[in-house]
Parts: sequence; C-alpha cells; structure tokens
Amino acid sequence: MRNTRNREFFDKILEAGRKKELTRRQFMTHAMAAGLTMTAASALWTEKVSAQTPEKGGTIRMGLHDGNTSDSYDPGIYASTQDIQLAHTYRSYLTQITSENGLGPDMATSWTASPDAKKWTFELNKEATFHSGKPFTAKDAVASLNFHRGEASTSAAKPLLADVTDIKADGDNVVTIELSQGFADLPWIMTDYHLTMLPAKDDGGIDWESGDGAGPYKLDNYQPGVRADLSRHDGWHGEGAYVDGVTLTVLNDPNARQTALITGDVDAVTSVDRKTMALLQRNPDIAVENLPSASAITLPMFCDVAPYDNVDVRLALKHAINREDIVEKILFGTGTVGNDFHVAPNMPYHPDIEQRAYDPDKAKFHLKQAGLDSLSVDLSATDSVMPGAVDMCVLYSEHAKAAGINVNVVREPADGYWSDVWLVKPFVFVTWGARPTPDNMFTLAYKHDAAWNESHWKNERFNELLLQAKAELDDNLRAEMYKEMCELARDDGGTIIPFFRNYVYARRSNLQRGESAATSWEADGARFASRWWFTS
Amino acid sequence: MNDVLQIIVKRLGLGLITLLVISIIIFGAVELLPGDLAQAILGQAATEETVAAMREELGLDRPAPVRYFAWLKGAVVGDFGNSLASGIPVTELIGPRFKNTLFLAVYAAIIAVPIAIMLGVLAALYRNSVFDRVANVLTLTSISSPEFFLGYILVLFLAVKNSLFPAISSLSDDMSLADKLHRVFLPALTLVLVVVAHMMRMTRAAIINLLASPYIEMARLKGTPQRKVITHHALPNAWAPVINVVALNLAYLITGVVLVEVVFVYPGIGQLLVDSVTKRDFPVVQACCLVFAATYILLNLAADVGSILTNPRLRHPK
Repeated sequence: MRNTRNREFFDKILEAGRKKELTRRQFMTHAMAAGLTMTAASALWTEKVSAQTPEKGGTIRMGLHDGNTSDSYDPGIYASTQDIQLAHTYRSYLTQITSENGLGPDMATSWTASPDAKKWTFELNKEATFHSGKPFTAKDAVASLNFHRGEASTSAAKPLLADVTDIKADGDNVVTIELSQGFADLPWIMTDYHLTMLPAKDDGGIDWESGDGAGPYKLDNYQPGVRADLSRHDGWHGEGAYVDGVTLTVLNDPNARQTALITGDVDAVTSVDRKTMALLQRNPDIAVENLPSASAITLPMFCDVAPYDNVDVRLALKHAINREDIVEKILFGTGTVGNDFHVAPNMPYHPDIEQRAYDPDKAKFHLKQAGLDSLSVDLSATDSVMPGAVDMCVLYSEHAKAAGINVNVVREPADGYWSDVWLVKPFVFVTWGARPTPDNMFTLAYKHDAAWNESHWKNERFNELLLQAKAELDDNLRAEMYKEMCELARDDGGTIIPFFRNYVYARRSNLQRGESAATSWEADGARFASRWWFTS
Repeated sequence: MNDVLQIIVKRLGLGLITLLVISIIIFGAVELLPGDLAQAILGQAATEETVAAMREELGLDRPAPVRYFAWLKGAVVGDFGNSLASGIPVTELIGPRFKNTLFLAVYAAIIAVPIAIMLGVLAALYRNSVFDRVANVLTLTSISSPEFFLGYILVLFLAVKNSLFPAISSLSDDMSLADKLHRVFLPALTLVLVVVAHMMRMTRAAIINLLASPYIEMARLKGTPQRKVITHHALPNAWAPVINVVALNLAYLITGVVLVEVVFVYPGIGQLLVDSVTKRDFPVVQACCLVFAATYILLNLAADVGSILTNPRLRHPK
C-alpha cells in the first residue's frame, strides 16, 4: 500500500522536475520527506530528471590514454586515441555513426547511389562553416578526399579509397564520387577518422597545418601529447554541443587517469584499467561504461605455410581455445567472445551462427584427420599491442595442452612489432581497431590480394561473394552473402578470433550521455564533446 | 684566478667534442633500432606504398651518413631541424618542455639541497645518536623505493585521501607562480625524497672523515665547541665532495625523472624523449640527448670550478 502511494508520489515529483517546476533542492526535500536517503534522492534526480534534459554550459575535462608528442594535425597519419578523439571534436566528416550505431548525416545531409552502386552523390550541408569563417563547399570536400588518394599520398586511409576513380564537385553543394566497382558501403566509409573535411587550398591540396576544422569545437591551444583546449564553434552545423568548452589532457599512466577521475581533476577518462574496474564501479560519483566494440583480437595463421596449410590443423587450433575462460581471466569480463569470423555483434549484418565452443576432443579429431598425433607451434605476441597479450597466449597454450597441442609462446620485442612480426611470422597475436562494416574488414584483411591479408587465406567463393556483396544495394541479399562469408571464414579461414574487446571508460556522474552511446570509438564514438552535457 | 678561466675554456672545448661524439653514437643507436619513422608512425596501417611515399617525403630514403651530415650542418649553426613526425621545429618542441623540466628540477633542488646538507651536518655532529640513526633509516628507505612507488604513495595520502594537492600536475601558461608551485608540489616532493639521501650521506661521510684529521684535533684541544669545529673547520674542507655529489644529483633531477613525469603527467623533456624514440624521430631524440649531455658537462664543470673556489690550496697554488 505504502509502496504504491510512494511510487505515485515519486512519479509526480519526477515529472515536475522534468518540467522544471521543481528545483533540485525542492525535489530533494520532497524525496527525503518520503523516506529516501540523501544519496538515493540525489541519484534519482540525476538518473531520472536531469539525464533527460541536456543543459548548456561547463567545460568537459577529458583524460585520454595513448597520446604522443609526435601526434600531428595531418589527418593521413592519425593513429592515437588523442588524434581520434580530438579529430571528432574540432573537425567534421561527411557522415557519422550515430549514438544508436546507425549511419547519420554530418557535413553531408543526404546521399544516393546509382543502381550499380558505382556512382555516389553526396548533398552537402549549406550551413557548415570552418572555424576560420570560410563556408564549406564541394571544392573543400573534393580536396579533402583527394588528400588520401594518389601516388604521393602518405595517408594510412589510401587503401579505403583504392577503388575511387574520380571525385568531382557538382556546383557548390554536391559531390559525386565514381568508383571502378560497385560499393554499397561508401557512406559508411566516409565516417573513417582519417577522412575529415578540411579547407581546400588553391593548388588543390588541403590546409591541415593550421589546425582549422569544421567541428563543434575550435582549437584554442594544442600541445600534442600534453593537452588541448577547445571552445565552442558558434557556426556549427550539427546538433548538440551543449558544453562551452572541452579540455583534453593526455594521461598515459592508467593510475594517473583513475586518480584524476576520483579526485575530480578530470570529468571523464578513456580506457579504465580492467583490474581495478570493479573498485571504481563502487564509487557512486563515477559511472563506468563497459560497451562491446568491434575491435577484435586475431590470431592469424599463414594458410600457405606448413602446418597451417592443412585446414584440419587450423580447425584443431580453433577448437583448442577456451574463449570464455580468456574473457573472464584476461579481460575481467570486459570482452565479447569471438566465433572466428571478423564481424562483431554490434556491426551491421552480424549473422547468427552457432558459437564455437572449447572442445579438446574435436581438436584431437581434426589433428588425426590431418594425420598428426601431436602438434607444436610457435605463437608470437607482445604486451605493447595489448596489455595481457602474452598472458592470453600462455592461457591458450594451457587450453591447447588438453588437445595434445603444444603452443609455444614467443615474447617479441615491443618495438617494431608491426613491421617485423605481424605479416612476417606465421602465427601471431594481432589487435584490430573497430571497422564500421563487414565489407570494410574483409577487404582489408581477408581478401586474397589485400596487403594485410594476415592469414594468407585465399578462398575463391569468399572472394567472389565479397565482390558481389560490395555492390549489392539490397540489404537482405547482402545479409545472406555476409552470412555465407562468415561461415567460410569460420570453418575454412586461417584466423582464430578469441574475442572482441569492450570499450571501458568512465565519467563522473554529473556528466550525462543520452540513452545510447556509439561504440565505434570510446566516449560515444569519440563525439562526447558534442553529445554529452553536465547536470547541475 | 686565470687558472680557473683556463680550465673553464679547456673544459668547454672538450665538452663540444664530447657532444659531437655523442651525436654520432645517438645517430648510430637510432639507426640500429628496428624499423624506421615511416613504419613507426603508420604502425599497423603501413602498406609498402604508403611507407615508400612517406620515406621519400621526409628524405629517409637517403643513406645514413648523408642524413647525419645534413643534420650536423644545420646543428652547427644552431638549426636543429624540424620534428620528422609532426613537422614542428625541434627548438619549439623542446623549449617549453625543457623550461618545465628545469622548473621542477630547481624546485626540488631548492628544497632538497639545504635539507640534505643540514641533515648531513647534524648527523655528523650527533654521530651514532638516535637522530643520526633515524635520519639514516628514513632517507635510505626513500632512496631505496622506486620513485614511481613514492609518487603513488604521496598521491594516495596527499591527493586522494586528503585533497591537499592535485594528483596530476598539468601546467598551463596562464597559471600564477603560486599556482604552479602548488600543482607541482607532489612531483617535487617525490624527487626530494629520492635525492636527499645521497647528498646527506656524502656530507656526513665527508665531515666524519675530516674529524679524524690532526687539525681538527688541534681545534678541539684549544677548546673550540664541537658545533664550531664542524661548521668552521670541517665543513669548509668538506665542500669539494659535497659539491660534486650535489652536481650529480642536480643532473639526475634534469635527466632522470621520466618516471615521475609519467606518474604525475608532468609535461617535461623525459616524456618527449621517450615518445620520440618510439617514433624514431631522430632530430628530436638527438636534440634531447644533447641537452642532457650538455647538462652533465656543464654541471660537472660547475662542480669542479666550485671545488677549486672553495679550496684555498687549489685557489692559490704555489
């Protein structure tokens, strides 16, 4: 009886709070009179009232891991967390991943494709301006994309636009992109963090050196590897941007990050230490996010090098790994188990395929099929690509023992891992950043002639489907094709995928986000600056 | 006095040669590291084509000696070039960082040196007393703990449990001096704890050593009080070793504090050097190392000159 009455009462005062008929102080008085403790009442206000209504003002102080002194304004070599978080704060893209993990407009308002998906037309936002005051035109868009193409380009995004044959401005507000083959995912690719829109120079290049951009906040001060101070760009074309300013501080030390968050020296941090996450969660002033991402760990085996050239050996190794155990022991639960195909559960076209389980007997069976009694392989790893990488491999080695497989873990030097170990040794530990679509991921690392085909896997049917699906504008057909491709990768491919990493980051609870958060990058797809707000 | 000037000039000349040799060693060492800047910057995203384009743009495709002499030609006239990774001039990159490092070092030294010498003198004066023992145990404990550990302990007690000082020491230009001193107190205190023991033990040992000399015996016999024996008779002769150890510790405060910088997120030169080595950013590595080497050379020189000036026998050679 009392409970129902109480609930009605709370609904009433919550409603009044949302309508701003009650101040926080009045709300607290009422709630405490009804028997709530001060903390509970405060939590209720934050959760139910202020969370729903973005307020303006304040400065978000964000503490970032992974920032270097050598980070640069050059969008072609963006790589660190500092680069990515900062790029989404002071620069803008043609399209964006929305908070709901869908595709939404940014500097382009709409886009259409020709029926064969070989020609795309992007309608640009007429309101958009750069921080310098210069209006954003098709000329800028063309130059910005061309920066990542051509012989002399030093951009890491060059492979993304490899199929593009021509980019043209059609008037001031329309850009057309022509491709050598149909490409249904092009609007998704435009969200890539390298492909940012910058002012064009007269010679057709772009001005990236000055630090100009068209993002929600403009750069007032930037010391790479130390801090960046930004203030609101009043002419921003998008929604949100509730806070007045943003300060990004590089806090590479995990302990320093956590301490700064607890003492309130920063309002939010990226990458919370997994080992102390549980302790942080107990703090009522701090909200910890643990969100599945599309960032995978892969263990690629060269499919053209013995013993991995035998599909049964590959299957034996795939059955000999206990993924749940790894997620629990190495990640403290901050991961999602993989199923040996590189499409994460939060990606579009994720197919429903039976989860591969740890099964030493099946592994033994496949070994026998391959004509082997036992197997000994070297697995290279280093802790610099992921803390705990070597531990994970050692744990896998223990799992594999039950199947008569000896996985010898080789600890490689942290320096030069990407140039001397990855793509060089036949069985290694690799981390992958999140990619927006299956096509993107498959083309990068599973296509037979891809530069990063890390498993040297060449499956005819897979490659045929890849090209077909690429140009297919019918969603249902594409979903079917991707399902078949995932099955091929799972049962024939050379890559073990133990898990997809979760993003674990934290904020003080007076900093609010909307109901859903993008998981393309940490901090709401790196767009926290324009999407989050403070509650008083 | 002329002798001192002569020594300074000679040592500075030798110092320049040392710097040249060091620059060759550093260049060689960076060359020996696996991979190059283009690969390090592009990381996992390095395709052969992109790496080649970047090497060409930055001139990394030239042979090593050509690159070294190109750098040396600039460095001789004071142009240390631009950072290969970010394109920012090296001097612009190092300037503010070095200023921060100096600020922290001077801050720590101003606290540490007087405390260390005072403790050393007192420990010698009350040799083998409870005070001597306690001072020894405490300073030796602090020097034996890794500095990041000391840092974390200080953060725990002075920042998290009692919010007396900020846990991170990020500086900005518009801060007042008082603000800066407050912000940087914890890293400075950590460094003080690390360097005090060395200087204090050396002061104590040097004085105790002298206390056995005949002239001290003489001073005692004529009835000078113990305190005066130490401050007037022993200490002036103990300056030479003390100055040396102080100089060594000052050099350490400038060159060896990267861990403290990481723990307190202090934008000093150590972090810059680590970042640049990871990226194989040769001009920045070279400039950082030369700054460090010059620091050592100058402080050593200062120590030698200091010991000559405090020693009348060396000051007025027969």
